[in-house]
Amino acid sequence: MTDKTAVKVRIQDLSKAFHTNGHEIRVLEDIDLEVRNGELVCILGPSGCGKSTLLNIVGGFLPASSGEVTIDGLPVREPDPRRIFVFQERGVFPWLTVEGNIGFGISDLPPKEKAARIAHYVRLVGLEGFESAYPQELSGGMKQRVEVARALAVNPDVLYLDEPFGALDSITRLVMRSELLRIWEAERKTILFVTHDIEESCQLADRIVVLSARPASIRRVVEVDMPHPRDLSSPRYLALRDSILEEIGLAHRI
Amino acid sequence: MTTPAPVRPDDAPPRETKPRALEAILFPAFTAGILVAVWHAAVLLSHTEIFPSPLAVARGVAELARKGVLVTYVRDSLVRVAAGYSIALVLGIPAGIALGWYSGAARALNPVIQLLRPISPLAWIPVAIVLFGVTNVAAIFLIFLASFFPIVVATMNGVRNVPSMFLHAGRNFGLSAPALFSRVIFPAALPRVLTGLRVALGVAWIVVVAAEMIAVNSGLGYLVIDSRNAGKRYDLVIAAMLLIGLIGLVLNLLVGQVERLRAVRWGFNVP
Repeated sequence: MTDKTAVKVRIQDLSKAFHTNGHEIRVLEDIDLEVRNGELVCILGPSGCGKSTLLNIVGGFLPASSGEVTIDGLPVREPDPRRIFVFQERGVFPWLTVEGNIGFGISDLPPKEKAARIAHYVRLVGLEGFESAYPQELSGGMKQRVEVARALAVNPDVLYLDEPFGALDSITRLVMRSELLRIWEAERKTILFVTHDIEESCQLADRIVVLSARPASIRRVVEVDMPHPRDLSSPRYLALRDSILEEIGLAHRI
Repeated sequence: MTTPAPVRPDDAPPRETKPRALEAILFPAFTAGILVAVWHAAVLLSHTEIFPSPLAVARGVAELARKGVLVTYVRDSLVRVAAGYSIALVLGIPAGIALGWYSGAARALNPVIQLLRPISPLAWIPVAIVLFGVTNVAAIFLIFLASFFPIVVATMNGVRNVPSMFLHAGRNFGLSAPALFSRVIFPAALPRVLTGLRVALGVAWIVVVAAEMIAVNSGLGYLVIDSRNAGKRYDLVIAAMLLIGLIGLVLNLLVGQVERLRAVRWGFNVP
């Protein structure tokens, strides 16, 4: 059993600035965060605040300007198949079938084992019957399932999700959130989930990290002590949502 | 035995309906029929002595076939295109990949390519003759030049425009540089490369005719110029022209079939 209280991802004094045309643009400032093993943490912030930059640094795709990210105590320097980044559904490879995509990261496995692993994840994300379909024949939500399955198939211990459901319609988005929770409960990966959607973070997260506008720093970390499935009309849920709306400074009347 | 088709989700894009096969043949045939009729009427009404009627052209084709040059000339033209085009393909695709991947190489070479590209391959004819004489090699060289640039440029752009998300994903799954290339960059660039190949083949087929008018003594281009020079046989000129058009059409249709392969179809708007 993995230790539920052990720190998996540790972000320390992390800052990031970009230099363009002699100007320095500070994007992230003094981010400190610990994510425990198996935890689902939402990083919530307004569009353009730098939350994707943060996720890219944690994923090893971008270097930090200062500070450090460690996973299991080891500093992150480059992308690693043990930690998979999931984009919006545009990240699926259009030249591969559903099976080809899901099996993309496990080409080293013996064919039998690979086929079994693919079949398992096809089932987990509910794509039976579409194994040999190409992405262009699938809907947005199905492509997103393919991408999640492709990530899970390499058995990573951390998933980075960068506004994964942002391009989906609102109904599909709700379905995908509950699917994600179901999969998370089955596989218990550590998940860092970036979103600008307050409701989304309240529905999913164990903890919500609220970022400020750029340069982003952590305004507040909200523990969400509500078991799944969450009742979206319960007073507790609404109180949580309203407190975050207030934290971000939005009126909740339109 | 039939297997049930997978249920399509409600929100998947609807599959376009294919035009019925009969229409696909009948409509163009109808248009062609009208054109031939207009041609025939125009020849009759104008009492021209020079311009041949469709029937005369058909007799011309029969005459070429009887003399045995029809097959030889078509074959010679096709062989030249195959040779020049293959060389362009073998050199152009790696060159395009290198230029697309190494931005330094592109900065150094792209201006030269952009300078050479707009020069019509026909302008190279004197150079080709100086270099290779009035030979088959000169013609093949011209076809190579004509197809090389479209292939290089399309491949370069294809590699350059691989979405960064695909590269990210490939690196995330721990691919080595060669694997990243063969499993991500190449398949992602392939639709654009194929478009370049199709354009290049069209240009090659145009250029072979011009090259054969000047540099060699066989082929469909030679047939055009020779029929005119030796006795003003305009029936044979038109026959050769129609053959050139017909073969060009068939070549384009053949390359077009490649775009329907499922692994590249995403890059084209084919149903």
